[in-house]
Amino acid sequence: MFEIDAKGVYYRELNEDIRAAIEAGEKDIVLKNINGQYYIGTGITKKINITIEGVPGNDLAAFMDGPTINVMDNAQDNISNTMNSGKIIIHGHAGDVLGYGMRGGTMHILKGVGYRVGIHMKAHKKQIPTIISGGTAGNFFGEYMAGGTLILLGLDSKEGEELAGDYLGTGMHGGVIYIRGEVDKDKCGKEVGVMDTDEDDMKLIKEKLDDYCADFDLDCNEIMKRPFKKLIPVSARPYGNLYAY
Amino acid sequence: MFKSLALPEYLATIDKEKCIRCKRCIQNCGWSVYSWGGDRVQIDTQKCVKCLRCYHYCPEEAIDILNNETRYKDNANWGFSHIRNIKRQAETGGMPLTGMGSDLPYTILFDHLLLDACQVTNPSIDPLREPMELRTYLGKKPAKIAIERDKNEKPSLKTKLGPQIKLDVPFIFSPMSFGSISLNAQKVLAYAAKENGIVMNTGEGGLHEDLFPYTDNIIVQVASGRFGVNPQYLNAGVAVEIKIGQGAKPGIGGHLPGEKIPLQVAKTRMIPVGSDALSPAPQHDIYSIEDLRQLIYALKEATGYKPISVKIATVHNVAAIVSGIVRAGADIVYLDGFRGGTGAAPNVIRDHMGIPIEYAVAAVDDRLRQEGIRNEASIIAAGGIRSCADAAKAIALGADAVGLGTTALITMGCTTCGKCYTGNCSWGITSQRPELTARLDPEVFGERLSNLIKAWSHELQEILGALGVNSVESLRGSRERLRGIGLDEQTLDILGVKPVGR
Ligand code: SF4
Ligand code: SF4
Repeated sequence: MFEIDAKGVYYRELNEDIRAAIEAGEKDIVLKNINGQYYIGTGITKKINITIEGVPGNDLAAFMDGPTINVMDNAQDNISNTMNSGKIIIHGHAGDVLGYGMRGGTMHILKGVGYRVGIHMKAHKKQIPTIISGGTAGNFFGEYMAGGTLILLGLDSKEGEELAGDYLGTGMHGGVIYIRGEVDKDKCGKEVGVMDTDEDDMKLIKEKLDDYCADFDLDCNEIMKRPFKKLIPVSARPYGNLYAY
Repeated sequence: MFKSLALPEYLATIDKEKCIRCKRCIQNCGWSVYSWGGDRVQIDTQKCVKCLRCYHYCPEEAIDILNNETRYKDNANWGFSHIRNIKRQAETGGMPLTGMGSDLPYTILFDHLLLDACQVTNPSIDPLREPMELRTYLGKKPAKIAIERDKNEKPSLKTKLGPQIKLDVPFIFSPMSFGSISLNAQKVLAYAAKENGIVMNTGEGGLHEDLFPYTDNIIVQVASGRFGVNPQYLNAGVAVEIKIGQGAKPGIGGHLPGEKIPLQVAKTRMIPVGSDALSPAPQHDIYSIEDLRQLIYALKEATGYKPISVKIATVHNVAAIVSGIVRAGADIVYLDGFRGGTGAAPNVIRDHMGIPIEYAVAAVDDRLRQEGIRNEASIIAAGGIRSCADAAKAIALGADAVGLGTTALITMGCTTCGKCYTGNCSWGITSQRPELTARLDPEVFGERLSNLIKAWSHELQEILGALGVNSVESLRGSRERLRGIGLDEQTLDILGVKPVGR
């Protein structure tokens, strides 16, 4: 284990220190006293562990390919922008535009998330990204989604409460969203179909939630008791008839 | 299906006497205008786009592609394309699409600018005998430099320079993605870029493995769809470009329809075969200059501080926007003018939005100079550079280098027919159909494009020599060496040039 005290350290130096530690072969890095430093884990391509104590700043894990990052607190905006692989575990809330263009890897957030989460998430062959939030989400959840899995649990919400904001899945043309609660079709983009989950869905959810619950020490069976709604695009070609050739 | 009432634009004709029924036209036409009728070639002229592939490949010169003389009644108000587009829209309910840059007769300021030359009192330079420097470095330049000397008094540069892209000549190839153009067309660009010590740009379509040998001459692009973007990709080239907008379609996104995404394109973009590749108009993580700064620095962090370029369409407020982009930390700003090309854009957007590059370069250069930050970023002028003369004028107006898109495609056979969006390009440029793209030999056409760059470089040297300067650096932003002809006072004022005779 390798500790870096980030108190008062500017992000550029901090990230240089982290990269230098990785270069030197450190596999377990603990960042103490983090207070809003940007770009932690950005562009890192080694399978290492980073534990963050404090609240990291924007663009955590952008373009990241491999590491596992544990944030022991809340986190801010733009996490895992275009992330390729790896895992991020956030023991609190996270902000807006999470997982933009994310192509692979996993993001587990214990609490709620902000606006535009999972937008333009995509999948490629074996790479299927997953974002699970234990709370609620703001507007534009899964906008332009092209692949991967988004799960919203609403652990602190009452049965029947809506968990996501307006424009849910607008422009969605791939992937799947599972919501543990009610979904108002009027709040969804017109490209989205809302349906009940079937057996295969529940198997997939269970598999994903086992991993999620292990990260936060939660009771998976308890969470699975409430029904989920499934949102998928009604067409892979939402804008097929827009043009005169 | 009813018969379309939109008049055909062209009449494809075959001289029956000359035709030897070799069927080459049938093979060559990407739009299936010709078919075999048992004893002769049949023509469906409604489909003809006047790309002229058949004309060039008919061994007997039997083919003529005529403009359809049957026009709607003469009407100075209702033009042919107005009526034709209304009919097409009434029949389909869709937006008419188009390819290439706008073909409408807006004033082209390059054609109203003349360069100076030396006579008697200030000698010109003969570039054939004297050195003439075209080398250009793209990137941030320091506001001032400090020199230090070692104990032998040998001077060296103390100031730490930011990362630079070295260009042997001030031309680069405009971003064109694999998907919008064929892989062979990208290889042509890569080949010529390497030959001439300049760069091409992947556009937003990822980097195909066949281009790996050329990565010293490649800028990789990141746009809203993030196609093909991963750490390897970001670090592959000499710089990363954030695409905000495109001159032919400012304010709207890209949309590569699923049927144009075969396996190779899908693999390079890292998406499933046959799904639409949507690049939404805004990058949803950028709503402000601060957000842009955040992405610029995320890319710098992810690439060990390579130069970052930001590409925008030139719109009304371009000068203020570029000021913001430079302050956000961009090393290069790529200005794509109103007449810039596209693989596909709705007509209504292409022909009516944005401003021409000449105004934009002048306004941007002025603004950055006024604010004392012109050195902070290099400016690329693109979107309507048709000749070395245009390039020289753009540089004199303030650009560091110019971007060539359509010009490069024309060396590959393109005739600017404007139907790139169909994916049927008979020249194999803007198509993914293997039987069409196989026609474009990367080496043969790479040589031709290389020739063009060499020819323009010679021309530029001649221009500089005639101006009596020995480096392109001396022409940069030197508007005193330009005069406007037939331009009103206000336009001259915006361009910062005097009228001819003054
Ligand atoms: S090859 Fe081109 S010009 Fe010839 S008929 Fe086909 S579309 Fe028309
Ligand atoms: S690239 Fe092909 S389709 Fe596009 S304008 Fe040129 S010739 Fe026509």
